[in-house]
Amino acid sequence: MDDALPGTDFYRLDDMLSEEERLARATVRRFVDERVLPIIEGAYRDGRFPMELVPELAALGVLGATIPEEYGGAGASNVIHGLMLGELERGDSAFRSFASVQSDLVMYPIFRYGSEEQKRTWLPRMARGEAIGCFGLTEPDHGSDPGSMATKAEREGETFILNGSKMWITNGSIADVAVVWAKWDGEIRGFLVERGTPGFSSPEMRGKHSLRASVTSELVLQDCRIPAANMLPSARGLKAPLSCLTEARYGIAWGAVGAATMCYETALSYARTRIQFGRPIASFQLVQEKLVSMLTEITKAQLLCLRLGRMMDGGTCTYAHVSLAKRNNVDIALTCARLAREILGANGISDEYPVMRHMNNLESVRTYEGTHDIHTLILGKTITGFPAFR
Amino acid sequence: MNIFVCISHVPDTTTKIIIGQDGKSIDRTEVTYILNPYDEFAIEAGLQWKESKGGEVTAVCVGSPEVKETIRKAFAMGVDKGIHIVTDSPFDSYGTARALADTLRERRPDVVFCGRQSIDYDGWQVPGMLAELLGMPAVTVVSSLELREDGTFTAERDIEGGKETIVSRLPALISAQKGLNNPRYPKLQGIMAAKKKPIEDVPAVQTPPRVRVLEMFKPPLKSGGRIVGEGAGAVPELVRLLHEEAKVI
Repeated sequence: MDDALPGTDFYRLDDMLSEEERLARATVRRFVDERVLPIIEGAYRDGRFPMELVPELAALGVLGATIPEEYGGAGASNVIHGLMLGELERGDSAFRSFASVQSDLVMYPIFRYGSEEQKRTWLPRMARGEAIGCFGLTEPDHGSDPGSMATKAEREGETFILNGSKMWITNGSIADVAVVWAKWDGEIRGFLVERGTPGFSSPEMRGKHSLRASVTSELVLQDCRIPAANMLPSARGLKAPLSCLTEARYGIAWGAVGAATMCYETALSYARTRIQFGRPIASFQLVQEKLVSMLTEITKAQLLCLRLGRMMDGGTCTYAHVSLAKRNNVDIALTCARLAREILGANGISDEYPVMRHMNNLESVRTYEGTHDIHTLILGKTITGFPAFR
Repeated sequence: MNIFVCISHVPDTTTKIIIGQDGKSIDRTEVTYILNPYDEFAIEAGLQWKESKGGEVTAVCVGSPEVKETIRKAFAMGVDKGIHIVTDSPFDSYGTARALADTLRERRPDVVFCGRQSIDYDGWQVPGMLAELLGMPAVTVVSSLELREDGTFTAERDIEGGKETIVSRLPALISAQKGLNNPRYPKLQGIMAAKKKPIEDVPAVQTPPRVRVLEMFKPPLKSGGRIVGEGAGAVPELVRLLHEEAKVI
């Protein structure tokens, strides 16, 4: 017992992190331990996103961490961004999803494709958590194939008129601004639609068995008229929203490891103290095999994340590298959650433990931001040269 | 206001402590270090006073080169400057207090904040000794604090079985108890700025140690429980054992 592992860093990846990277991660870990874990089971049960923690999350600098300081961000590296998202998802995928959407799907496109005025208007407020954003790409009939979207924009003088609907939109009902992707003259463009604009509504979707502590909504646009200046000037074609997804998928790759680690640590501690047949179940070979395979997969996923982050910071990372990490890490996280649930026996389904909550959340994470299968096809195309999806 | 906070670099509470080969020191190879938790209350107090009264907050730490990491943690919380009093060998409480006093005296602090104790050696000695060497009043184990415009302050300190209220005047030394405030989380922007803030190196004057460590050992492992009987019939025996053997009632 005495020589058991204290944390989950089997390959001493901490030795490869800088002092500020370790401190950034430790800060978010502490926030999650002190502020998120005590309330998350209740929020999940009530189907409620804990909005009251958004100012604190913003004060940590988590929102728009990589955005330059002049726009209210921290100018941090992608590795720091990833480390922080991993810690958030150790709490719950809802928190990581909130931060991913705000940072990678709204602040990122405004920063990369927006006008100077759009950046000044939105980025500092979003970094402070005073404005919340959502990202409208998926539609009821267009999920894996967003290029076929039906939402349309028409120009009329100094305004655009938007018509269409979006679905499965994280943060939709709580958002002050939506980045809505729509076709104008057949080309995909991005538009900033503010809350309260006539013709725009965002009803919350209910009845989820997963991501219950996250807000998921529809966006409905009926002759919604917005100023022409609300179009993101430099975003043209499908590659613009896809570039945002690459950013968010990068964060998911890190986040999934956080969820997996929580499940593993819960199972390890449970197995060491649960007595059956007169001894801890951790002493049984079948339980050890499960724990060892969880640790092995987590360690491999951690290595993928750190290398991916360093490549992202070095500018050598492609969307295919991100696909591999998202695909693998969410897959192993779900496997870890299921193994942990099995080790916990009946207790595995109880909300006394975080395992089933993570498992249910990860079912969404597996198919959002590109399903597992779509990432397989992206990688298949990358290595063979043959696209299998068109 | 010239605010100083004395901080220390201590093993993480979750670190497994291994006694070194010599039996008199800790094997530091696998130990992760943190900012002493009580010093976080001291830093927060310093930052709050700076925010309401102006001035700057300087963190001071005595130790080997690794303590700079802990000074940068204080920077990440918002401390403006750092002083590293450099030593190679660990000091006892008096040596630490002397080194701090030698450095702080000429800098004329308006207030010196400390944590009530550092959680490594748990001496509780440094704040009192430091105040004495600086010729300042010391108010220790403070859990509530109010500063007035005329430089007087009221502090509530935890004492055995109650609270004591003390009114004193700056300059003074105040050691912080848990509950004095809620230490802020370091902001990412603060973490990023930490490496740009200045740390001044000051050589420590060696003081002959007043304390000699003879031996270090771990407390014996807890032995298993004992069942003295079942139901109400077991109560007299339990009471007898608690009274005579454990001597707790």
